[in-house]
Amino acid sequence: MVEDQNSVCFRTLHLKEPWALASYRSVGGYAQWEKILKEKTDPAKIIDELKLSALRGRGGAGFPTGLKWSFMPRSAPGQKYIVCNSDEGEPGTCKDRDILRYNPHQLIEGMAIAGYCIGATVGYNYIRGEFYEPIDRFEAALKEAYEAGLIGKDIQGSGVDFDLYTHCGAGAYICGEETALLESIEGKKGQPRFKPPFPAQFGLYGRPTTINNTESLASVPVILEKGGQWFLEQGRPNNGGPKLFSVTGHVERPDNFEVPLGTPFKDLLAMAGGVKGGKRLKAVIPGGSSVPVVPGDLMLQTDMDYDSIAKAGSMLGSGAVIVIAEGTCMVKVLANLAHFYAHESCGQCTPCREGTGWLARVLHRILNGQGRPQDIDLLDGVAGRIGGRTICALGDAAAMPVQSFLQHYRHEFEYMVEHGGRSLAEAA
Amino acid sequence: MSLRSAPLAVEAPERARDGLFTPEIRAQIDAHVAKYPPEWKQSAVMPALTLVQEWNGGWLTRELMDDVAAYLDMPPVAVYEVATFYGMYDLEPVGRHKIGVCNSVSCLLCGSEDLIHHVERKYGVRPGETTADGRFTFKEVECLGACRHAPAVLVGKTYHECLTPEALDKLIEELD
Amino acid sequence: MTDKLSIEIDGRVCEASPGEMIIAVADREGIAIPRFCYHKKLSIAANCRMCLVEAEQGGRPFPKPVPACATPVAAGMKVLTRSPKALEAQRGTMEFLLINHPLDCPICDQGGECELQDVAMGYGGDVSRYSEGKRVVKDEDLGPLVATDMTRCIHCTRCVRFGAEIAGVRELGATGRGEDMRIGTFVAHTLTHELSGNIIDLCPVGALTSKPFRFKARSWELTQAEGIAPHDAVGSNLHLHLRGNQVMRVHPKDNEAVNETWISDRDRFSYEGLASPDRLTEPMIKEDGAWRPIGWQDALIRVAERLKTASADQIGTLIAPTATLEEMYLAQKLTRGLGATAVDSRLRQQDFRGDAADPPLPWLGVPIAELETRDAVLLIGSDIRQEQPLLAHRLRKAALGGAGIVLVNPLPLELTFPAQQLVTSAAGMLGELAAIAKALRKRGSGSVKDLIAQANPTDRHTSAAERLKAAGTERSGLILLGALAAAHPDYTLLKALAYVIAEATGSTVGYLPLAANSAGAYLAGALPHVLPGARPGEAIGADARAMLVTARKAYVLWGVEPSYDFANPSLAATALGSADLVVAATAFRAPSLEAVADLMLPIAAFAETSGTFVNAEGTWQRFQGAVAPPGEARPGWKVLRVLGNLCDLPGFEYADSGEIHQELATLCAEVRPDNAPRGDLKVEPSLAEAGLMRVGTLPIYRTDPLVRRAAALQRTPGADVFAVGLNPALAADVGLADGELAVIRQGKAEARAAVVLDAALPPDVALIPSGVTGSEALGEQIGPVAVAKA
Ligand SMILES: Cc1cc2nc3c(=O)[nH]c(=O)nc-3n(C[C@H](O)[C@H](O)[C@H](O)COP(=O)(O)O)c2cc1C
Ligand code: SF4
Ligand code: FES
Repeated sequence: MVEDQNSVCFRTLHLKEPWALASYRSVGGYAQWEKILKEKTDPAKIIDELKLSALRGRGGAGFPTGLKWSFMPRSAPGQKYIVCNSDEGEPGTCKDRDILRYNPHQLIEGMAIAGYCIGATVGYNYIRGEFYEPIDRFEAALKEAYEAGLIGKDIQGSGVDFDLYTHCGAGAYICGEETALLESIEGKKGQPRFKPPFPAQFGLYGRPTTINNTESLASVPVILEKGGQWFLEQGRPNNGGPKLFSVTGHVERPDNFEVPLGTPFKDLLAMAGGVKGGKRLKAVIPGGSSVPVVPGDLMLQTDMDYDSIAKAGSMLGSGAVIVIAEGTCMVKVLANLAHFYAHESCGQCTPCREGTGWLARVLHRILNGQGRPQDIDLLDGVAGRIGGRTICALGDAAAMPVQSFLQHYRHEFEYMVEHGGRSLAEAA
Repeated sequence: MSLRSAPLAVEAPERARDGLFTPEIRAQIDAHVAKYPPEWKQSAVMPALTLVQEWNGGWLTRELMDDVAAYLDMPPVAVYEVATFYGMYDLEPVGRHKIGVCNSVSCLLCGSEDLIHHVERKYGVRPGETTADGRFTFKEVECLGACRHAPAVLVGKTYHECLTPEALDKLIEELD
Repeated sequence: MTDKLSIEIDGRVCEASPGEMIIAVADREGIAIPRFCYHKKLSIAANCRMCLVEAEQGGRPFPKPVPACATPVAAGMKVLTRSPKALEAQRGTMEFLLINHPLDCPICDQGGECELQDVAMGYGGDVSRYSEGKRVVKDEDLGPLVATDMTRCIHCTRCVRFGAEIAGVRELGATGRGEDMRIGTFVAHTLTHELSGNIIDLCPVGALTSKPFRFKARSWELTQAEGIAPHDAVGSNLHLHLRGNQVMRVHPKDNEAVNETWISDRDRFSYEGLASPDRLTEPMIKEDGAWRPIGWQDALIRVAERLKTASADQIGTLIAPTATLEEMYLAQKLTRGLGATAVDSRLRQQDFRGDAADPPLPWLGVPIAELETRDAVLLIGSDIRQEQPLLAHRLRKAALGGAGIVLVNPLPLELTFPAQQLVTSAAGMLGELAAIAKALRKRGSGSVKDLIAQANPTDRHTSAAERLKAAGTERSGLILLGALAAAHPDYTLLKALAYVIAEATGSTVGYLPLAANSAGAYLAGALPHVLPGARPGEAIGADARAMLVTARKAYVLWGVEPSYDFANPSLAATALGSADLVVAATAFRAPSLEAVADLMLPIAAFAETSGTFVNAEGTWQRFQGAVAPPGEARPGWKVLRVLGNLCDLPGFEYADSGEIHQELATLCAEVRPDNAPRGDLKVEPSLAEAGLMRVGTLPIYRTDPLVRRAAALQRTPGADVFAVGLNPALAADVGLADGELAVIRQGKAEARAAVVLDAALPPDVALIPSGVTGSEALGEQIGPVAVAKA
């Protein structure tokens, strides 16, 4: 691989052993952190740079990172925490795993800088438990960083402390929700907390806490190196920087691509080798399984940034682009998604606990040829009673696919109900 | 609301901790405990369960969960809550290996159904079951975060990607 | 305090405090918002999503419906609880709750009083859209008190939060995830916490119900009356649910100052004792060793005749501390009217040396509700969770709020809050207190002075002393004497030391009155040294122990079961057995009573009579009879009234119990609870011996005749277990192994019990409970004992 001057999170990818400290150093790694330590840069300046960069949270919600950091009561007394969300579990998303595997030091540097900016001397990286290899890589990198005196107590004589630990998940998608993640670190079930209070006031162990996605944090060192303006210019106004897109499903060469926000979808699709088998593009789920599905034709005219995708009626989410080719049964895809959310609901909110299972059961019944005409409105109605009524966004995540699939592919559901389980798409 | 982040520990009766597990496991748990504030020993419950499960051949007994509770000053039911919430803990005996086939959407689009049906037919196990010879426990798992090389399968601690039924057979053959 | 603000709910302007949740404001205004998970005493979970309302702030509507239980008010907020959007949200939640909930209200035990049923009527739509299979959940056996029907559970987690937050013991949990989430213990074990029954009230549906009450009645057949709990000194306020002439169950009645919204399991389930086959339903007389019924008229005439002819100095009246104020007052009036002075209700006390200096009206020292605001509490001789469950709960709140709690006890307690426990032998308790006093540089006088001089304070004593002192300067330190202190052979010295420490630290001394009306005894004069109106008596009569040590010819026993209600049951049996006349007014027959009594008069029990209890904080709580006593049994005050008249005593012409109450209230008009000793606590040399001492706790469900007959409570594990707890080192010395049978000797008294080894016990303590079957053969609750291989 050759070096891409504009890559951010993948900037070590062209190197041999890209995960090693030496590799990371060779591309300028830890220079920003050391500069901050030496110059005692005013955190406000760093946050301003981030605000200028228009870096938006890469975990799904797209909240501006600089703004989030500015909410922390930095100088309030007592412990504060920075937490990295490496729980990557949203179906279709597989980018953070590669950051952990191939560029762990950049995440460590990003977390150290974040800790410095928000006044946190302790950080935790919550990595999902199935990521055995990425966990090992990250742990090895942590060890290197400690040994090199890049983190720890009184780092390089600066008086700055920063300790960073790994906390491993154990198989629960919901722990990707930031407050469930905090509960999980606290040794409990991962059940999201009601907000307010927000983590910036009442976070881990009841202390002010900032939580960011792996990719968001890993982007920070490069933003500081090249400047917020540079990062902004990589993307579009309000949509700064390149972003990792996990292009999966029916494409020839599924992969992670780090491309500027605003890249036309059709270009991204081309990078992935186009639709598998040269088939027609039927639909795209552009931001991870929880966002509304977008019909292929519309998607081909859409650019890959937060605002453009919103205009197309969906969300950029985590940047997981699930490509669906002609001939795919949308009832089956939706049943799969519904099963996922029912399986992963934490169980505390009534609508989510009861509704997700209901949706999944009705969809499986339809698939099994026992659908009834009224089921289709029922699905829509049940989804409508989940969305917006729960503690966390998993309720919305379960509802949005149902509503969007029915909006665009209702005829497939009707056909299957009328034909005892036969799929219109697969028949065609 | 003030209570919701309080550690669950009440002054648990002093139990002999030294006899629990093995000295190595205790040392490893202690290393995890040290990552968290002193009053939050329970933060180490997940790594502790993981370690103990592995030591016990892949699953957790009620006694082991009680021991973890005692070791971390937690009410036992709080440990049961954790152990039953997270998918990677098994509370029933398992085979010598665990094979988890991802069944989420990207893998579905790339043929995970075939893999699942193949395992069911060829090895006579349904998801959650263990082969008659005890070689492996078969699981359907939700998105493994390896979607770009779908379909993905987790065998033990290793990801295997872009698997066909034949490739999976080979992997299984290599298991003892 | 921050300023109030105003919000609008359904068009009504309401005042609110910043930070308050919408639902709290609505509740205060009487605006009904449906809810399941919210409970004012529990943390906010906001998980049921039933309380969704529409709201706007500064003219900007919230994009989604918000949960009223978890949305703090803000100035100018407008809330609509019944708008189309709010109602649709509430209907949505209702539909979800019902899809997996059985719709068989007619056979559900909660039917008619189910919050889900009620809300479904108001907010439910049609439930027919769900046609998938319903969830079925396996039940768990949670023991004899709480029945489960977990398929009905709606996962509000109130019961789980109750355990974690109120009880302080996490017995219940929510295991599993999503649809598979289950409420239970996971391993099916009996709930053991003494407040567990409250989850029955908390459960909004029929998932957790009362096992004793199960399927006994439908809620709409029940009528409600009020009552006051007759066991501990809290006097929890109760709702009695009646059918016909039967108490079918007991619920708490909210009273923030007393029991908040809770009651102990003892208060909740003891009503079962009312229906005990032991009930005495007609007056009985023993003739030639055999009991036969006798008419009331006949019985009372005989009693009066014999009392009148007995010599006054030979009459002793022993009154249970659970008797009503009216009964106590009339019983002492009768006794004193006959010229006798021996009357007492402190049946579990052995050291009365402090009586002359006894405070006029001992009490808790602070209002019950203020217990939880103390900064430091020193608890002397109290098995607090067993003695006073709800006061233990208040102390837990204090501890969680950061108070320092120090206990000096002859046994370690299993507490649900952080505390410093100074565990020592019975005699050693004096030394511990003396050490605290010495750490405060106090000298004291008399024996106390010697004790303090000999004490060697360690860090523990110094830190306890400092906690108290720091609290004392804020007038927030409290020193409490409990039931084990009161049963101690050196109660007087313990009290004296408590006052020394209190003075040195600026703390308050308080008493934990043993039973429902122990405090009332001072007002009623049911004590040898106190006359009605808490006036000091001129001549101190014989106390409860003296009356037994020097046996009388005639005894009147009021509500007493000799085998279990005395500090020294074998002494009591001997003394009573040697008397010419024992008249027992009692609600229950009991072998130990029948062995010694000559006449038994059936009196009304709890809920069957009107009366008054005075609780630990000195509050008079009057109650009415809710049901009629069984058979010929009569309210105690009526029996005493007739007896007074038959004895030709003046002042027994009462028309009703209200008149008695009034008469006593007038006598007490000027009386205030007061713990200042009336004189110098005469401190004499210690009685407590070195060497092995029995420590007799009084198990929670063995405190009085009613609770001892409550079937379900007696089925709880450990309710009635006679055993001897020993330190393993001591057991080894006498050659006893765990589970082996030991012979226990206290003087001439002797019993056998199995050994339970407990390394946490001090080496010179034999933990042998009193009040349990088998203990009646023994001597002093706290006193010297020998234990050997049987
Ligand atoms: C159900 C659910 C699952 C989520 N899973 C993840 C995840 O796996 N990784 C992640 O970074 N964010 C996830 N999020 C988003 C986080 O809650 C949070 O917004 C994010 O970590 C914030 O970081 P960012 O601002 O850097 O994006 C999830 C949210 C929800 C509601
Ligand atoms: S929406 Fe679902 S996953 Fe989120 S908190 Fe509620 S029950 Fe749990
Ligand atoms: S009462 Fe508000 S969510 Fe349950």
